[in-house]
Amino acid sequence: MIREPLIFEISEPGKRAYALPALDVPGPADALAGLPVRADIPGFPQVSEVEIVRHFTRLSQQNYCVDLGIYPLGSCTMKYNPKINEKVAALPGFTASHPLAPADTVQGDLEVLRLVEDALCEITGMDACTLQPAAGAQGELTGMMLIRACLEERGDPRKYVLVPDSAHGTNPSSAHLCGYIVKEIKSNEGGTIDLDDLARQMTGQVAALMVTNPNTLGVFEYDIVKIAEIVHAKGGFLYMDGANMNALTGKCRPGDMGADALHINLHKTFSTPHGGGGPGSGPVAVKRVLEPYLPVPRVIGKAGALALDYARTRSIGRVKSFYGNFGVILKALAYIWSLGPDGLKEIAEIAVLNANYIRRSLDKDFYLKYTTPTLHECVFSDKFQKEYGVSNLDIAKRLIDYGVHPPTMSFPLIVHGALMIEPTETESKRDLDQFIEIMTTIAREAKTDPELLRAAPHATVVRRLDETGAARHPILKWENGKT
Amino acid sequence: MSYISLGDKDKKEMLERIGASSLEDLYCCLPDEVLLKRRLALPEAMPEADLLRRFEDLAARNTYPSYLSFLGAGVYQHFVPSVVDYLSARGEFITPYTPYQPEISQGTLQIIFEYQTLICQLTGMDISNASLYDGAMAAAEAVLMASRLNAKPKILVARSLHPEYTATIRTYIRSLGVRIEEVGFGPDGRLDPSDLARKIDKDTSAVLVQSPNVFGVVEDLKTVGELAHGHQALFAVAVAEAASLGLLEAPGAFGADVVFGEGQSFGLAPSFGGPYLGFMACKKEHLRQLPGRIAGQTQDIDGRRGFVLTLSTREQHIRREKATSNICTNQAWCALRATIFLETLGRDGLREMALQNAHKARYAAGVLGRIAGVKRPLSGPFFNEFVLTLPKDVAAVNARLKDKGAIGGLDLRPFYPELGNSALFCVTEVHTREDIDRLAGLMEEALR
Repeated sequence: MIREPLIFEISEPGKRAYALPALDVPGPADALAGLPVRADIPGFPQVSEVEIVRHFTRLSQQNYCVDLGIYPLGSCTMKYNPKINEKVAALPGFTASHPLAPADTVQGDLEVLRLVEDALCEITGMDACTLQPAAGAQGELTGMMLIRACLEERGDPRKYVLVPDSAHGTNPSSAHLCGYIVKEIKSNEGGTIDLDDLARQMTGQVAALMVTNPNTLGVFEYDIVKIAEIVHAKGGFLYMDGANMNALTGKCRPGDMGADALHINLHKTFSTPHGGGGPGSGPVAVKRVLEPYLPVPRVIGKAGALALDYARTRSIGRVKSFYGNFGVILKALAYIWSLGPDGLKEIAEIAVLNANYIRRSLDKDFYLKYTTPTLHECVFSDKFQKEYGVSNLDIAKRLIDYGVHPPTMSFPLIVHGALMIEPTETESKRDLDQFIEIMTTIAREAKTDPELLRAAPHATVVRRLDETGAARHPILKWENGKT
Repeated sequence: MSYISLGDKDKKEMLERIGASSLEDLYCCLPDEVLLKRRLALPEAMPEADLLRRFEDLAARNTYPSYLSFLGAGVYQHFVPSVVDYLSARGEFITPYTPYQPEISQGTLQIIFEYQTLICQLTGMDISNASLYDGAMAAAEAVLMASRLNAKPKILVARSLHPEYTATIRTYIRSLGVRIEEVGFGPDGRLDPSDLARKIDKDTSAVLVQSPNVFGVVEDLKTVGELAHGHQALFAVAVAEAASLGLLEAPGAFGADVVFGEGQSFGLAPSFGGPYLGFMACKKEHLRQLPGRIAGQTQDIDGRRGFVLTLSTREQHIRREKATSNICTNQAWCALRATIFLETLGRDGLREMALQNAHKARYAAGVLGRIAGVKRPLSGPFFNEFVLTLPKDVAAVNARLKDKGAIGGLDLRPFYPELGNSALFCVTEVHTREDIDRLAGLMEEALR
């Protein structure tokens, strides 16, 4: 297959893909006096419109995506992204709105913010919500800042944050950025939080426990109410990572389990597309005790006379410009309204059905370290295949040959050689069966022809890439003549 | 509406294989006390036609798009060529995840690599990351990066840095033992070098200056950079109006160590504040401290060129609490739009666009400045925004303009009371001469 060149390699003076209307104001030669005008932008591309369209169309065809097939990345909730949501977010009445426009000219936007805040509070069982954080990690950081602000006001910011060893990497990273020392909580043999270890480490110096529920194994923390009690008894807060909310919508609510703050990934549970790595949106919902510290501004007033309130002296401030990734927030509202209360419950149930169907269908061919019942995802490992010198990476690359996106492998850290599978609710039985059949075939190939897996993928535009070399000798941009 | 793909028979067969009797059964691993015993109190499911009507009603409650507007201040109106919407709407770009499996993500990865190249060309820097959330968060990340590099406790921030950027920095450094001090501006609207010289010392970790600054005034980056480097402080330059890079000398040419900012001008709609595009570029010696994802070029086992995410030992999924940043999901699709936008405008188009901004803004400043009593309080050279002091209350003038269908300049009094009764006007290539003359006419009327 011919590889698409870099745009810079097909650039040539004299080509253009864009023309502006003629300048209709006087532009005297001395008009720009005093400005440090640049002579040129060396290397900047010059191509035609046809070349632009073909370049990006060809590049698009080198991407796997949800629109093509199953994308069972555990903890990423790669569900179908409804097309009406894109249409809604592209309505000119929304896209043209300037964030600093007078409030009375953007009442529709402000109402959207209010509606989404209210809907997320209802779904999570919390009292108040900020839509400002741009993604899950920023939501975590915001949530931890709220907790810290509240503790500081009590004169006791505390020193530590507890994070289970099964957690996603952003949890310890966000806690650290908030000035806390991270302490790890051990998982028990069932894959959930070890209550004794928690009770031992939960001292008056601990600000919060960050818990993902269901956790990254897909296991629901059965003792969540007791966990909340242990944390609260020492004056700490229960922070919940809502990355796995897709297993819970309409079935149960973090607020009812004792969570004080949680973030929700609109780009997971609420179907907004991942866009190749963003934009996401990571709203944070809190109990009343943390409400005074939410980022500014807050939407206040009644429908038709909504306004933005900046005069909140106890607020942590802001974590980004304006009011959040509004275009993403719109898509989430379209999704919530499309599904309604029954539809939201149904996505959780079917996500759990699909995941358990895969788990049951593959548990002979792949090792399941934790046999505890799971909800929306299941974590196998490569233990059986290791006997033949085949790793989870080899299995992943072989899946690619069969036209399927591999599962998550980088975590949880408590399962070595992890294959974390989250099919989501939108897959058909036909696609699930196909995935199962491919996985079973690969398990067989691991025994009969391990080299086939170690050399995979075979059928892609590029084969296995030298990642070590890329890091050791970084080439991070095109340099004329150098590459 | 439902997006489930299972039929009744499918569900039955699947439950049978699992050995469960019902969907409820699948939740037997939850304690009964946490189960929700009622339906969520939300509107009933809406079919697409109803949904669209609801949203069209909401959108219609935004009257803003019907006005002739001169708002800027970090968010700009620029023309977006059709190919940007057309290409970026492809499912292959909208619906993939972060390119962790490079063999089936070469499209996204090559585009990030091209994006990084374009950002380096525009800023005059060695390396760029794959994107951050927005300009304000990039400002906070620049401060965190400086403090990782030199561990000094003081950050000097130009008072003319976008107030939302400064506010975001303040939030991010709350518990990090770093303090922030503002450096004032002179009568030309540029950072006051004597104030900087007074405040900078051996404890200064970084100097942050924006150019064009929040008043639209183009800074003397050379002087600021020399003062910063004279005290071994990181010289960080913010660019909130990225279109200016098409015309103005790259910050890298003045010795910037880090250049960061907002890429909204590159093909992203104002969309009431987001999603936008934070960009960040730096000198290569700071590579290991750059936050966020980075794509790099490499080879496959057959020697073919390919691209991968690289240097991930800086990132949270490997380093956890020792990572350079907690960022995970970033703004990849926005960076894609910026890449299409920049490659479409190209070398000539981008320069011409930026040039038209500067000329039209000058024309507007001229005609508005000739209205009796209107003054331009800051004398420095500007790009596409400028401040005017009005002889009548800004809010009252803006209300009268609004009655006639125009949104005038942003009232600066809540942010910069020291500028008195002033407003910030933005003029870009989308404004015609007629638009500008109309504003001038309405202003004259409102001030009479």
